[in-house]
Amino acid sequence: MTQRLGITPSQTVGPFFAYALTPRGRYALSDLVSNNLVTDDAVGQRIRIEGRILDGDGEPVTDAMLEIWQADGEGRYPGSEPTLGNTRFRGFGRTECDADGRFVFETVKPGPVPGPEGTMQAPHLNVGIFARGILRRLFTRIYFGDEAANAGDPILALVPADRRGTLIARPVDAGRYALDIRLQGQDETVFFEA
Amino acid sequence: MTYPLESLTAHPPNLYPGYRSTVKRAPSRPLVIIPQTLSELTGPVFGHDSLREHDNDLTRQHAGEPLGERIIVSGRVLDENGRPVPNTLVEIWQANAAGRYIHVNDQHPAPLDPNFTGAGRCLTDAEGRYAFTTIKPGSYPWRNHPNAWRPAHIHFSLFGPSFLTRLVTQMYFPGDPLLPYDPMWNSVPDERARLRMMSSFDLETTVPEWALGYRFDIVLRGRDATPMEDPHHD
Ligand SMILES: [Fe+2]
Repeated sequence: MTQRLGITPSQTVGPFFAYALTPRGRYALSDLVSNNLVTDDAVGQRIRIEGRILDGDGEPVTDAMLEIWQADGEGRYPGSEPTLGNTRFRGFGRTECDADGRFVFETVKPGPVPGPEGTMQAPHLNVGIFARGILRRLFTRIYFGDEAANAGDPILALVPADRRGTLIARPVDAGRYALDIRLQGQDETVFFEA
Repeated sequence: MTYPLESLTAHPPNLYPGYRSTVKRAPSRPLVIIPQTLSELTGPVFGHDSLREHDNDLTRQHAGEPLGERIIVSGRVLDENGRPVPNTLVEIWQANAAGRYIHVNDQHPAPLDPNFTGAGRCLTDAEGRYAFTTIKPGSYPWRNHPNAWRPAHIHFSLFGPSFLTRLVTQMYFPGDPLLPYDPMWNSVPDERARLRMMSSFDLETTVPEWALGYRFDIVLRGRDATPMEDPHHD
């Protein structure tokens, strides 16, 4: 057995990441990624998902960064699915929260994707949260409240029933969903390790 | 082949009260361990079209040269098996030589440098190598505890091949007297792991009459090593 190297430890993103990671035209660097994942060739229903990030006191987290990674409307992850090689849909979005702790993503609704042992996973976004006071990325998912497939999702099945709701975005109106993320305390969002 | 969970013991805990901001932001419930599915084992890919010339030279992004000690930070991005991580995005950001960030929220009364933004990015090459030209960042005060100062550091953001290899970390400089007082540095429980966040001075990448070289290799999570064939000791 060869000796494995140890990984480099995580550190907080701190409060001053915006000019490098989410410049939005305010600083010198161009935007590599944004909160809009929609490309003209992206397959799937156009949706908008929004919410707030709240701390253990219920106060908005005004300096957090969110990243999402998702499949397209047919459940295809860019990079792993050869048939997606020619589209511009990148499946990856990044945004910072505003002064109210609010985030918004414009994207397409993902399709179901394969799960462990031949199961299928309900449509979901994979979410990473970074902020001052967060020493390593928090990992959660966002599911969609209007999906019957949630009932058979193998990952939701691992979450205690009374906490599953923290992962499921509420349909607001056509193509709009809302979900608040609570880092700590009452109705604390479920965070994963994998 | 999956990414072993044991590797994650190198990371700081979510709650580290010495770093005050963790107290209200760390989850209080245990993390739910889930299997590694296609969702976790895939990740975003960035191409050269994403980058501009000089994105990795922070001293050439303005009309003039920034003040400070010019340095070249280079190294390799590897996985736990020692294999290079090629074509992966590396993003950095840092304070200027006076310890001031250009970010609007930075209130430290140290001067901004009109010739320094402090943000850079590049893709690793086929051998996992990256390099940035920049200036050595200054230390700066923060309000975590009385007379708190951050050791000089450069923030690093890396992707690697999957959602699970994503890493945000900080690179420190050897011999910094502020390190033992720094809650971020100390939040990493294992001392050997902590030292992996420290760069080393490197005469080989130091350019004569021009810039000091610092080496910083970064190790991302790697999948279980390929099982060895039945070993025959003959
Ligand atoms: Fe910093």
